[in-house]
Amino acid sequence: MVFLFYLLSAVMVISGLFVVFSRSPINSVLSLIVCFIAMAGHYILLNSQFLAVVHLIVYTGAIMVLFLFVIMLLNLNRATIPQKTSMTRVAAVVAGGLFFLVMVAATRLTFEIHPRYPFSSKIGLVSEVGKALFHEFLLPFEVSSVLFISAMIGAMIFGKKDKESLPQPPPKEGA
Amino acid sequence: MDWILFLYKFVFLIVIFLITLVVAMYSTYGERKVAAFMQDRRGPNRAGPFGLLQPLADGVKMFMKEEIIPTTANRMLFILGPSIAMTTAMLTGVVIPWGGTITIGGREFSMQIADLNIGILYVFAMVSIGVYGIMIGGWASNNKYALLGSIRAASQMISYELAMGMSIIALILTTGSLSLHDIVEQQQGWHWNIIYQPIGFLVFIICALAETNRAPFDLPECETELIGGYHTEYSSMKLGFYLFAEYINMFISSAVMATLYFGGYNVPLIDQLGLSQNTVTLLGSLFFFIKILVLIFVFMWIRWTLPRFRYDQLMNLGWKKLMPLAIFNILATGTYYYFTAFN
Repeated sequence: MVFLFYLLSAVMVISGLFVVFSRSPINSVLSLIVCFIAMAGHYILLNSQFLAVVHLIVYTGAIMVLFLFVIMLLNLNRATIPQKTSMTRVAAVVAGGLFFLVMVAATRLTFEIHPRYPFSSKIGLVSEVGKALFHEFLLPFEVSSVLFISAMIGAMIFGKKDKESLPQPPPKEGA
Repeated sequence: MDWILFLYKFVFLIVIFLITLVVAMYSTYGERKVAAFMQDRRGPNRAGPFGLLQPLADGVKMFMKEEIIPTTANRMLFILGPSIAMTTAMLTGVVIPWGGTITIGGREFSMQIADLNIGILYVFAMVSIGVYGIMIGGWASNNKYALLGSIRAASQMISYELAMGMSIIALILTTGSLSLHDIVEQQQGWHWNIIYQPIGFLVFIICALAETNRAPFDLPECETELIGGYHTEYSSMKLGFYLFAEYINMFISSAVMATLYFGGYNVPLIDQLGLSQNTVTLLGSLFFFIKILVLIFVFMWIRWTLPRFRYDQLMNLGWKKLMPLAIFNILATGTYYYFTAFN
């Protein structure tokens, strides 16, 4: 089990680095998919089979497919990415370094994390997730469904074509 | 570690692997025979008796064809595409219960490789990862027809996955378990889920047709619009892998349907015959395979009977008819159980 943990962690770290350093967006997305699959493996090691599979279905199977759609349709290649000037590069390095500093400081202060609930090995099983969602967190769960509905309706309104901007069909002959 | 169990699982895994390949191989033969029967022809009858060696001849032909990778294609992803399609198609068989328990040398062994407590969801996860095989292959070909074909295939699969998931939710409401083993055990005798969930089954089989990209939803491959669809640039065994993955998917989705809705390995009235446990298990597995073959025949029957949909009709059917039907089914099932089971 420890060996599997290190294997999955190594896969995750390496693929995560590939996501950042890869020059072509399609390779980045594919590395991110590998990273997500390794993360699902971590969930299984924690005995959270339900979370693992939901992670695979939602993130790996749905969201990353949409990422791939966008990248394939825009056909992003290296040639179309504008070259950065040296000024932006320096600015990026400084900003990234500052962010790193803040992150290190933040994690140093919160190094000792005390879990609110004692760890239970059954926490990721489907029955336990269901009990938590429908007993303890029922209100937030239902409210978040309203959020999803509004997001879906918003996406549909954006996606809907304007009737006026559509090209009019040519008039029929003899009419 | 329990070495005997490990050995048993290993051997059983290889047996299931081989059975999947052989069934998929002979599905290609069966498809051509069924097509011939429907169209009043003879079908393949040259290679071996009744043309039974035809799949082998086709396989040899596939391997002997010239292997072409287009110069502008992304070589690595071009090879990765069919590999993912084939791998994810084969992975799904792991959670299907192929039979009851069998006793060898005083020990009971289950005829299922892994009894996950989220079995159904695992099947869905594999199906949703299988989309990548098509998308990557279509994109890596660097051909606009292949790209359009792959996008068509992927959007069709994503759309129908939703309605399929909805139809499964109603089924889970009746069974109360996500484990395929438990679902089969609950369907003892004649208590098949098709009796309790007819609408769910209707939605599920339509979605299964769309998921496997088969007629009347075989739009990704469309000669007049898209040439060969996502596998336009593929040749030799890489093309063979794509075509073969489709038949494996057909076999696996038939197996899933037989498990979920037709009682899996349960045979009605077999307990009254007074047979030994092992005989009952083997008969059950045999019966399970008969159910699967009947469902595969239904797939072929539909392909050679119905004309294909137009693309907008396909999307309308998925989103505006099957989705509301599946949601209505969930609502009806939930209402029924609210007023009967919990009071």
